[in-house]
Amino acid sequence: MKNFKKVLAVAVAAVMMAACFASCNGEKQTGIRVGGIGPITGGAAIYGQAVKNAAEMAVEEINALDSDIKFDFKMEDDEHDAEKSVNAYNTLKDWGMQILMGTVTSGPCTAVSTETNADNIFTLTPSASSTDVIGGYKDEDGNTIERKDNVFQMCFSDPNQGTASAQYISEQKLATKVAVIYNNADNYSTGIYQKFDAEAKARNLEIVSVGTCTDETTDFKTQLNAAKQAGADLVFLPIYYTPASLILKQAKDIDYAPKFFGVDGMDGILTVENFDTSLAEGVMLLTPFSADAEDEKTQNFVKNYKEKYGDVPNQFAADAYDCMYALYELCKAQGITMDMTAEEINDKLCAQITADDFTFDGLTGTGMKWSESGEVSKAPMAVVIENGEYVGM
Amino acid sequence: MLKKYKNLSNYARTSISTYGIILLAFVILFPLQQAGALSYSFSGMLVPICAYIVMAISLNLTVGVLGELSLGHAGFMSIGAFSGAIAAVSLGNGTPDVLRLVLGVLIGGVLAGISGLLIGIPVLRLKGDYLAIVTLAFGEIIKNIVNCLYVGVDAAGLHFSMTDVASLHMTNGTVILKGPQGAVGIPKVASFLSGIILILITLFVVINLVHSRTGRAIKAIRNNQIAAESVGISITKYKMIAFITSAALAGMAGAMYAMNYSSIVAKKFDFNTSILILVFVVLGGMGKFFGTIVATTVLYMLPEIFREFGEYRMLIYAVVLIVVMLATNSSGAKMLKDKIVDFVKNLFARSKNKKVEAGGADSE
Repeated sequence: MKNFKKVLAVAVAAVMMAACFASCNGEKQTGIRVGGIGPITGGAAIYGQAVKNAAEMAVEEINALDSDIKFDFKMEDDEHDAEKSVNAYNTLKDWGMQILMGTVTSGPCTAVSTETNADNIFTLTPSASSTDVIGGYKDEDGNTIERKDNVFQMCFSDPNQGTASAQYISEQKLATKVAVIYNNADNYSTGIYQKFDAEAKARNLEIVSVGTCTDETTDFKTQLNAAKQAGADLVFLPIYYTPASLILKQAKDIDYAPKFFGVDGMDGILTVENFDTSLAEGVMLLTPFSADAEDEKTQNFVKNYKEKYGDVPNQFAADAYDCMYALYELCKAQGITMDMTAEEINDKLCAQITADDFTFDGLTGTGMKWSESGEVSKAPMAVVIENGEYVGM
Repeated sequence: MLKKYKNLSNYARTSISTYGIILLAFVILFPLQQAGALSYSFSGMLVPICAYIVMAISLNLTVGVLGELSLGHAGFMSIGAFSGAIAAVSLGNGTPDVLRLVLGVLIGGVLAGISGLLIGIPVLRLKGDYLAIVTLAFGEIIKNIVNCLYVGVDAAGLHFSMTDVASLHMTNGTVILKGPQGAVGIPKVASFLSGIILILITLFVVINLVHSRTGRAIKAIRNNQIAAESVGISITKYKMIAFITSAALAGMAGAMYAMNYSSIVAKKFDFNTSILILVFVVLGGMGKFFGTIVATTVLYMLPEIFREFGEYRMLIYAVVLIVVMLATNSSGAKMLKDKIVDFVKNLFARSKNKKVEAGGADSE
């Protein structure tokens, strides 16, 4: 009987291997194949899902345009894990991917961008903000990792956000004594904090208290009390919106009412379930996208997205939407066709995106330009929450 | 031939089946991979599968052979992965790839083995559920320590810090490990060939250990600790041997794993990864290495194969896991299987009888 089990196991394994050997490339190609990778399942699924929805919407719109550029889009799940992300990338390569729009989160993107760099597949990430994603970033001591020269970002890089926040706070004279609460088990949060710290020192902005938390922290009273006792009149929160909503609630509980300043991870705080949005009144955040913006482009996007998926798009959705349109503009400018190899496309798009005369107007900024470093340059936008809505500052 | 195989000793059978399937897989897959005939997806999975097989075999030594449930095995993988990565990066680009890989894997194994010793001293005083919980705790401790560790290398050598990159005090160096941001810029030097070699080494160590005098002592402890103690077996010593070997092999697997990806983060080696490896072991069979190899390969590939199902992928994976566990272990399923096998046998037997009868009628 033991043998039966073994034979069965081997047979199953053999069938699976056979399934894997055959690189299924059955679908007919109808456009330039753009792959997407992001967390569709797991803890970070909200980001991947937003990117997937917005990118699919953008591709539908682009394909309906009267233009030679058509896209085939396919998104694969990586569960916010580098190993799964590389697997997803290989699956997309089997599919015949020519351009990568991804990956959504920083950690996995760092691993995948090394692969795309080695394989010469043009990469534009909507939201992976770590500098390790693009590489080549030099810190004050000249320490660096190699630049991955075909990888570009649509979002601000972490250091840019940290630096811009410190600049904004000191230029607008929002505070003199600042407290920081950041997640020291998180790539994104730590990256922003370090740059904020450096810039704040340079600008004589006094950081009076630094509190740390982890992914599992739900009680922030210790950190808040420390900030209160140190007399901080502004608390900088480079963290995601779920813990931020708890902080706002608990600050009220201890009668501590400083100004709160967040970055793009704070975007979404008004949509947290069972969260009293009146607590968020007066909270400032640095975000490239606000769903309440008045311009026609944003309003159309928000309207269509709501119709299609039933909820208000967040910044990740906007970044992904911009990515697809940026790719469209790039491909159009270089006359990319779907029969070109990924390598040819890569060379042309790299030259185009860094060209002096190339600028892109999207939802998350106007006149965006990319430098050789892979970082985007666009004006940071700060908003303040008033009456449950984002208002530009 | 099957009969002959069955009559062989347990040692010979385990060796033939385990070395056999690994060598067979290598002989078939290696030329195909070199020729570029494998899909990217499958080709990319080869090294992680090798690493996970080594992980599962080494965990099977603790769980199946020693009989102690360990829930922190990913912690040793983590130590191996990060120390291996640090070694490989600090050797510099001038060093040949093979040397970087071998040294990285060795250093990873040694450091994981040492931490296995340190953790084993308090942990192995416990038994059963208590031991499981403490190993879990150590796994988390390792994860959290790596999460606040900063390591860099420059002309002056390695620098360590527990606060931030700036306090490494380096000039024109390379930051290897940046706390929660993980290790980046790891050379991708692991290959399918090296993965296979590591599995063969692991099998050689584990199978020979299990079938040695030491191995018999370890199994005696598993079966009845009091009885084993009463005949003079040193419980602590043999438990330690099994635990440290298991940790060192996990460290080597971790180093191999790290050198297949350009970047790794401490979060990867958490409780979930420990459980994943435990699932491989449980499905493969306690103390059974052939089963472990097959189960690891199949379970690793399933989620990738299920990509076609899109968003339902992980749901289907979970359902398949439940079905497989039930089908291989519940008594109802076993009875059903026996019935089917009997039925098929009878069918064959009957048709044979009929043939004989029919033949007999003809000749008359």
